[in-house]
Amino acid sequence: MPADNDTLRKQIIEAIASQHRPTVTVLSSLLAIQDSIGYIPDEAIEEVAVQQNTTVNAVFGVASFYPNFRFSPPNKHSIEVCWGPTCHLQGSSNILQAVLNYLELKEEGDTEDGEFSFRFNTCLGACSQAPVISVNHELFGKISPDESINIINKIKSSDPHHK
Amino acid sequence: MNFEELKNQADEKWNQLNDSPTPVIRVGTAMCGHASGAFRVIQALKTLLAEKKIDAIIEEVGCIGLCYAEPLIDIKKQGKSRLFFNNVSVNNIEEIVEEYLVNNKIKNASTLGYLGKEGSVFNEPDLNTLPGIALQERIALRNAGHTAPGDIFQYIANGGYSGLNKALSTMEPSDVIEEVKNSGLRGRGGAAFPTGIKWSFLVGSPGPTKYILCNCEEGDPGAFNDKGILESDPHTLLEGLLIAGYATGASNGIVFIRHGHDGPINRTEEAIKQAKELGILGKDIFGSGFDFDIEVSLTGESYVAGEETALMEAVEGKRSMPRYRPPFPAAFGVWGKPSNINNVKSLSYAPEIISKGADWFSSIGVNKSTGTAIVCLSGDVNQPGLYEVPMGLTLQQVINDLGGGMKKDQTLKLLQTGGPLGGVLGPDSTDIHIDFDEMRAAGAIFGSGGIIVGSNKVCAVDLTRILVAFCQFESCGKCFPCRLGMEHLLEIVERISNFESQPGDMDLMKSVGGTMESGSLCGHGQLGFGPIRSAITHFEEDFRLHIEERICPTGSCNNPKIVPKNTRPYAQDFVAGVKND
Repeated sequence: MPADNDTLRKQIIEAIASQHRPTVTVLSSLLAIQDSIGYIPDEAIEEVAVQQNTTVNAVFGVASFYPNFRFSPPNKHSIEVCWGPTCHLQGSSNILQAVLNYLELKEEGDTEDGEFSFRFNTCLGACSQAPVISVNHELFGKISPDESINIINKIKSSDPHHK
Repeated sequence: MNFEELKNQADEKWNQLNDSPTPVIRVGTAMCGHASGAFRVIQALKTLLAEKKIDAIIEEVGCIGLCYAEPLIDIKKQGKSRLFFNNVSVNNIEEIVEEYLVNNKIKNASTLGYLGKEGSVFNEPDLNTLPGIALQERIALRNAGHTAPGDIFQYIANGGYSGLNKALSTMEPSDVIEEVKNSGLRGRGGAAFPTGIKWSFLVGSPGPTKYILCNCEEGDPGAFNDKGILESDPHTLLEGLLIAGYATGASNGIVFIRHGHDGPINRTEEAIKQAKELGILGKDIFGSGFDFDIEVSLTGESYVAGEETALMEAVEGKRSMPRYRPPFPAAFGVWGKPSNINNVKSLSYAPEIISKGADWFSSIGVNKSTGTAIVCLSGDVNQPGLYEVPMGLTLQQVINDLGGGMKKDQTLKLLQTGGPLGGVLGPDSTDIHIDFDEMRAAGAIFGSGGIIVGSNKVCAVDLTRILVAFCQFESCGKCFPCRLGMEHLLEIVERISNFESQPGDMDLMKSVGGTMESGSLCGHGQLGFGPIRSAITHFEEDFRLHIEERICPTGSCNNPKIVPKNTRPYAQDFVAGVKND
C-alpha cells in the first residue's frame, strides 16, 4: 500500500532527524527509529543507509547484531523477564515458565491476539530486588509467578478491546 | 558566574530546603526503588496530598544503599530530623501521611531510623547505627539518597564541583595526574589497572580533539553500581570526567549507557544540561581557559560493548566488536582520535580525591587496593543492597553484617563474584578480603563489584549453566574460539545438567576453555571459562553427582530449562540469516 508506505517513510525520516544528541550514527538512528515506531522496517534500513552514506548491508549488519532490535511491529504491550544469575537463583525460571504458558508461547515472540510481545532480558539492573520482570518498561521486583500473571492479566482486562 | 558565587547561591537554596516550613519527602528512585514500586508510591502520594490539601515538597533521590528496605521514603519536617519509612507501598502510604504528616505521631507505620542533628523523632534508632550504613564509607556514592540528582545546586551545596574548581584554579594537569597516581586508585571496571597511569597515556597524544570515555554499559548481571551512581548522583561522574579531561588535555567526554536504562540516561542528560547552563561545561570553565564538552552515547543490548575497543565501535555506530590492539586507544581511539576509557566508579572517585587529597584516599582500604569497594549484594541474603565499604572487608562481613546473614533456614553454599566472567567461590572462602589481588589469587575477581550469594538450595551446575548460557548469548562472534567455544561449553554443561554427560566431558571443557583463553581478542573469550573452572574446583562433588550418579543434589536441574537463543546472525540458521533486499 503506497500511502501507508509514505507515512512510514515520513515517520522514519522524522525519527532520524529529531535525534537530540549531537553525534548521529547508524546505531543512534536505528535506536531512534525503534523508539519512535517500535521496530525496524526495511524502509528504515534504506533511509539510514542513505542518510549515513553507507550501504543497506552495513546498516542491517548493525541492526541484526543487537538483540533489542526487532523487524516486525511489536504487539501492544511489552513483557520482559530477567534470566540473569541472581534472578535465576531467586526463581526466575518458574516465572518464565508461568508467563510463557499464560501467553501460550514457547520462546521469545508475540502472542497471536496482538496483545503481548515477550522477551528475555539478561539483566534489568535491579538485582537486589530479584526476581524482576518489566511490563511496558515498568519494573516489578521480588515477584512470584502468580503475581506476574496477575499484572499481565490486569493489563489485558483494562484494555477496552478485550472483554 | 565564578565558583564562589555559585557556591553561595547553592548554599542558600540548600539551607532554605533544610529549614523549609513545608515538609520535604524524599523517595528513593534508583533502579532498586523503581523495581520495588517507588514510582507507584510517588503517584499515590501525589494524589493523596492533593486530596487532603497537604503542602509538601517531593524529591526523587537515589539509593542510600539499603535496597532491601525500598521503597524507602523519608520525611523531613521543619526543625526535626529526617524520619525514614521502609518498604512503603501504595497500601500503607496513606497510613504514613495520616499518622506522621497530619497527626505528627506514629502508630502502625514502620520506621527504619532517623538522620539529622536534631536527634530521634520518636525514639527510632539513628540510621547511621544500622550495620548496613555504619560499615559504609561513601565516597562515590556520598550524596546518593541525600540529594536530588536532578538539582545541580544540591550537588554544589554538598561540596560538588569544588574538586574541579581546586584543580582548575590551583593545580597543573600534571599535578592532578600525580595526585590520582598517589591515591592508588585502580580502575573499578574489572581489570583494576591504576587510573592515574591510564590517564597519563593520553597526555602525550596529539590534540586538539581527544576523548575521555566513561563506560556505563554495565551489562554484568549482578552489578548495578554504575547505574546506581548515574541515577543517584550524576554530577559526581560529570565532575570526575571534567577532572580527567583537564588532567589529560582531552576536549570531549562521552558517557556510554545501554539503551533502555532510562533512569541513568535521563538523569545524566539532565545533569549535562544543567552544568552547561551554569557554565560548568563548555568554554572557559570557571574562567580558567579550559574547554570541555560531554555527551551521552547509547549502545544496543550487547555485553561485549563494555570492552573498551568494542565500546568505541559502538560509539561510532557499528557492531560492538573488539578491535585489534595495537594501536591502543591512547593513539587511535574513537573516530581515530586519542581516547581513554574509564569506568563510572573510577571517575566518580576523582572529585573527592582532588578535594581531600591522595593521602586521605589511600588511607582507606588495604594493601594495593585503596579506597572503597562498591558492592552490589544480591541473592540469598536478608538485606541485599548497594554498599560502599572500605576495601579489605571480609566476605563474611559482607554476608553477615551488610547482608544481614543468610535467609531463614538457609546456609551459605556459594558466592559468585565479578560478573559472569568472574568466578564461583565455595563456603570456605568467607575469610577472603575484598582486595583486587587477594580475590584474583583465590580464583575469582572483584571485578565490577557484583556479589551473588547462593544458599544450600543452589546447585553449582545449574548456576554454571546460566553463566555459560549468558556468555554464549553475549559472544559477539568475532573470534571463533569464543563464538564456537562458548556454544560447545554450553552444550557440555547442558549435557551434564541433563544427566546425559559423556565420558571425558570434564577434560573436553578444559581443553575448549584453554583454546578460548589463548585465541580470543577480548576478555569475553579469554575469561569465559573462568566461572566453569572455579565451579569445578570448588564444587567437584556437585559435578560428580550429575555425571556419575545422574542426580542433582538440590533438584534444580530437574526443572525445565528455559534460556534464550542467541539471535545474532552468525548463530542463526544460515539461510534464515540472509536478508533479501
